[in-house]
Amino acid sequence: MPETAETSQQIPVTVLTGYLGAGKTTLLNRILSEDHGKRYAVIVNEFGEIGIDNDLIVESDEEIYEMNNGCVCCTVRGDLIRVVQGLMKRKGRFDAIVVETTGLADPAPVAQTFFMDEDVRAKSRLDAVVALVDAKHLPLRLKDSPEAQEQIAFADVVLLNKTDLVSAAELAEVEALIRQINPVAAIHRTERAGVALDKILDRGAFDLNRILENDPHFLDAEDHDHGHVCGPDCDHDHDHHGHHHHGDHDHGHHDHGHGHHHGLAGSGHDLSVETISLTGGELNADVFMRWIQEVTQTDGPDILRLKGILAFENDPDRFVVQGIHMIIEGDHQRPWREGEERRSRLVFIGRKLDRQKLESGFKACLA
Amino acid sequence: MPTIANIEVEGHVEWAGFIADKPVFALADGTVVVAEGGEKRFSLHEGMTAAVSALDRKSLITGGEDGAIAQIRDDGTVENLREATGKWVDCLAAGPAGAVAAGSGKAVTVFLPDGKKREIAAERTVEGLAFAPKGMRLALARYKGVELVWINTQSPPQFLEWKGAHISVGFSPDGRYVVTSMQENALHGWRLADSRHMRMTGYPAKVRSMSWSAKGNWLASSGAPAAIVWPFSGKDGPMGKAPKELGAIGQIMVSEVAFHPVEEVLAIGYHNGMILAVLLGDGREAVLRQGGTGAITSLGWDRSGRRIAFGSEEGEAGIIDIAG
Repeated sequence: MPETAETSQQIPVTVLTGYLGAGKTTLLNRILSEDHGKRYAVIVNEFGEIGIDNDLIVESDEEIYEMNNGCVCCTVRGDLIRVVQGLMKRKGRFDAIVVETTGLADPAPVAQTFFMDEDVRAKSRLDAVVALVDAKHLPLRLKDSPEAQEQIAFADVVLLNKTDLVSAAELAEVEALIRQINPVAAIHRTERAGVALDKILDRGAFDLNRILENDPHFLDAEDHDHGHVCGPDCDHDHDHHGHHHHGDHDHGHHDHGHGHHHGLAGSGHDLSVETISLTGGELNADVFMRWIQEVTQTDGPDILRLKGILAFENDPDRFVVQGIHMIIEGDHQRPWREGEERRSRLVFIGRKLDRQKLESGFKACLA
Repeated sequence: MPTIANIEVEGHVEWAGFIADKPVFALADGTVVVAEGGEKRFSLHEGMTAAVSALDRKSLITGGEDGAIAQIRDDGTVENLREATGKWVDCLAAGPAGAVAAGSGKAVTVFLPDGKKREIAAERTVEGLAFAPKGMRLALARYKGVELVWINTQSPPQFLEWKGAHISVGFSPDGRYVVTSMQENALHGWRLADSRHMRMTGYPAKVRSMSWSAKGNWLASSGAPAAIVWPFSGKDGPMGKAPKELGAIGQIMVSEVAFHPVEEVLAIGYHNGMILAVLLGDGREAVLRQGGTGAITSLGWDRSGRRIAFGSEEGEAGIIDIAG
């Protein structure tokens, strides 16, 4: 488990995903040129578009390595391993690293590099995955490319950009779509990528000490929850309302209504990425650990992200977990606060997830 | 008793060794320090990504973050083999008759002794380069294996295939074996005569440093809390044999290994800055440096095997005189 001393020496890395034209270059230019008192090293696939002369911009060819261990989802970015280590030889030059991915990139190998390569992990830590989406073109993108869904599913922060190019109704619909794919990401609406940089940088989205701490509503996302695991009978309810409630932690954008959400069903978006949210009371720690290991081992390839806060019986501390495919990390985070209800919630975002199996597995972990 | 003369340097030491028997330190910030007869400093790059000595040990070749490649000779003259390209030099190798190979992404450029250049386009990013000891033949380590290219002919490369990512490569001194280190914490070898595979596994960490003994009987490697030394003297190399584990000190990881130029003596650098010399014959150890603040990143013997230049990742460098 990461310790504080180690964490402080690790340079934070932000991964920026998004389709060509979504506004990545605009955002990178802002990160590089704005007076925010921090210096960023930026790893890009092509210098081309960034009109800034800066020796901290490194061009790197995307190079995906499958690990030779028989696991199909154990992939890393070989070029990142080399460049991050090279940058760390002169670590006094910058405070953080931003990795820009190509429009079609699968974010998983990028993120996994920071967990699977011990040398990289010793010197840097993944801070957050930020996806830029173009409000006007996203619906079309989602239809024609699985990568667009994957990038949103994978994100900790989604910048819904170019909001000036769509009507309020269209915007609400696009945002609801994003929510449907990823109910736990923070969404920020922007024009010309104009977000306060502290909303996307230094988020600590993978830091077990901080994960979900800036999301106070994570645990009460299912307001109809009665302290039990939602069985198949409330499935239907989840699909049409459940995700929607996550709008609560949507940092000020509450204006999308039920109507929009329902509208999606008929709008022809055949989303292959889905979310399964499991909630309950206290869990048996041993049973849960065995179960989550098994789930990530067997279904890892289909799990894009998982996040959770768990209450274990006879344990004064709340436990947090986060995962990417087969990688899973968990640790005690902090004591449950006075008056805080000891509840558990685990969210899976993935493809072809077996809802019934996950629900019954989780139910069996209840104390 | 060994004595240490410390040399003041800034930051990560990319390469430490001897050029024409003068101690030289190449730093990641782009500086080359020549530490003899009054220290001289040369600023060669804005950021250095790779460095290698020429085979005659009379010059050092360095690559920059800007893609430039410089060659600094023992008389202090500096020549640019290539001007800035904008892309990092990922790896360098020195070959027979002064040949130099440089990899940037998938592109490899070979600078030939007659001033000509040969460009090689690899299928995947080239992670490591090595010249064969004889003949103008270059090995390129990359994802899924090693390409062997004859530089002076246009014949297609020979491909030594092995699943996984190969991140550095070297030939045995007799040219019979090619060995790579892998992303998967292992070494992989091929006997060139029959392309027979050799798997050398069991490392807890990536192997960042490999060194052959003078006669090629042993291959030492980092990547474990001891130097892992594979026997290559038999006709089947290390196949079916266990390696020696030398210099195990608690659980401190070995970061660098360098064989003595003549004797079967191995210098071992550790993660905590310690440096040890071990005699292969009887395993006798001598502490050359107690420790420091950073991992040893480079060790280089002088020609006679009396002095070792060292550098760490935290701006420590020096010259150890074994005899004191």
